[in-house]
Amino acid sequence: MQLTVAPIPFFWSKDTWSTFYEEIAETSVDRVVLGELVCSKRLPFFQGQIPGAIERLIAAGKDVALTSLALITLKRERKLTADLVEMGLEVEVNDLSVLAYLPKGTNFSVGPLVNVYNEGTLRWLTSLGATRICLPPELPLASVEILAKEAEALGVTIEVWGHGRLPLAISGRCYHARLHGRTKDNCQFACEDDPDGLDVATLDGQPFLTMNGVQTLSDSYATTVHQIDQLRAAGVTALRLSPQSQGFADLCHQYRALVEGQCNGEAVLNAISGQTPEIRFSDGFLTGDRGVAMSTPAIAART
Amino acid sequence: MVMEIVCPAGTPAALRAAVKAGAHTIYCGFADETNARNFPGLNFDRTEMRESVAFAHHHGSKVLVAINTFPRAGDEAIWHRAVADAESCGADAVILADAGLLDYAARHHPNLRRHLSVQAAAANADMVNYYADTFGVKRVVLPRVLSVPEIAAINAETEVETEVFVFGGLCVMAEGRCSLSSYATGRSPNMNGVCSPASHVEYHDHNGVLDAQLGGYTIHRAQKGDAAPYPTLCKGCFTAGEKTDYLFEDPVSLNAEQLIPQLQKAGVTALKIEGRQRSRSYVTQVVRNFREAVDALEEGRPLPQGMLARLSEGQAMTTGAYKKTWR
Repeated sequence: MQLTVAPIPFFWSKDTWSTFYEEIAETSVDRVVLGELVCSKRLPFFQGQIPGAIERLIAAGKDVALTSLALITLKRERKLTADLVEMGLEVEVNDLSVLAYLPKGTNFSVGPLVNVYNEGTLRWLTSLGATRICLPPELPLASVEILAKEAEALGVTIEVWGHGRLPLAISGRCYHARLHGRTKDNCQFACEDDPDGLDVATLDGQPFLTMNGVQTLSDSYATTVHQIDQLRAAGVTALRLSPQSQGFADLCHQYRALVEGQCNGEAVLNAISGQTPEIRFSDGFLTGDRGVAMSTPAIAART
Repeated sequence: MVMEIVCPAGTPAALRAAVKAGAHTIYCGFADETNARNFPGLNFDRTEMRESVAFAHHHGSKVLVAINTFPRAGDEAIWHRAVADAESCGADAVILADAGLLDYAARHHPNLRRHLSVQAAAANADMVNYYADTFGVKRVVLPRVLSVPEIAAINAETEVETEVFVFGGLCVMAEGRCSLSSYATGRSPNMNGVCSPASHVEYHDHNGVLDAQLGGYTIHRAQKGDAAPYPTLCKGCFTAGEKTDYLFEDPVSLNAEQLIPQLQKAGVTALKIEGRQRSRSYVTQVVRNFREAVDALEEGRPLPQGMLARLSEGQAMTTGAYKKTWR
């Protein structure tokens, strides 16, 4: 089972950004997808760091791909997308618009924000050159199994959302800016103070969602620790780990140990909770429950 | 050309009411998970669809069939059958969101006109043209994340017809790319054709304070007697930082009636009304008002003012993303 590091969803300073990838280069992950996924306004702040990070990661033996934006609307964003496919590195498509820019016959990968819900869409993307697809986190194991089987026949790698706050929605509106009484165009980078996003609680004070500029994430950290065997049996060959500001390199080591059978899921969750005790876990999307639900190992084994 | 009014119908009776009220076009869906308004007691069986299409055609109106959820792996045949049945019922077009289903429809039903659903969230001209070139899509329903100048820019770069929402419920997130509902309830627009489903709503009265919950999460609180809006997730009340408020969107609905002239200048072909779950009388009133507006525009008369305020059921109205400051 391969481990893929997802693009950083949050707005981090360029130094934090660079340090993060230096640490990732030292871990045992197989693949790193980097670049700006959420908001095109953030990119100029760390764009200059990208070539160095790519070089470092490739030197460390990692596969590297560049992500597209999740929602491409503005002229500037279309230009960025055209530039992205020119860079010569594999592109991870997270908005189908990217297909309009990719020269025919170019191989690409598909990220979790593209709606791949069924065999027809999977076949269609494969016919265009998709070699790797990270399925939408919303999909239950029953769908993952069918799609992984189809993908195996087509020679496409199937990845699932392995760990991290779930990307639940993307919008034209920036909620961080709105919270501060600003508009998106005049946001003054309201999201920069929240390296793991801003907690959104219900009126009962119950943690629920996470605000990240134009993106809305779950409060809980999705995890597949209890489903590794089922995913492997289904033909899933990669897990995606989504960056968080604390203890991420260690988290990568934990998942590596798990997929190599050196520890069990509970041990991984305990280790992660030891580093960041306040976090909550979920695996409901995968088990076919509501997304926020979390199974115990005993329940997970029956699903 | 007069702008086309595209009106929702959740039942054959609503469809007939819309036709009689002057709707150029009606959109509806089959009574199953293939459409994004999969509510109990709503939508059309095959016989009703065939008869309704015949009724509409007899009165000079068109019928579009929305098959705009994302087919479930292993069960694509249900969606494939819906496309075939829409064609055999005589539908003027199908409204599709899933790329795999568009590919299927283009190959197996080449003569059935294809529209791109808002659920596909094609938000720029490149994407619109790509869907047209790849799947022969003739019309795109634009996502509600675009301003009027951005819509104009898209129309300047494409031959594909565009349709925009002008009235009714408002998605705050890019459509077809939101799983807030399934995170809280297990049921989503993409997979089940429902958002914030009524089956997961509960109201609790605590000494005169009414809490509205979705999936057990309290997202609205009102003094008894005050309006208690339906607890839709993106229009709920939440706390972040120091602030407790409608952090994503107020409980508003869309009303772009006064922007109709600008939308026409922007090159928009058709104006879409949300609300297949709405009553016949609602549909009749909204259609009459919008028909009056586009006819006035066509004849160079001023638009009737504030015509739809009474239909908003006391809800606040917004022009949404059509004005850039909404972002």
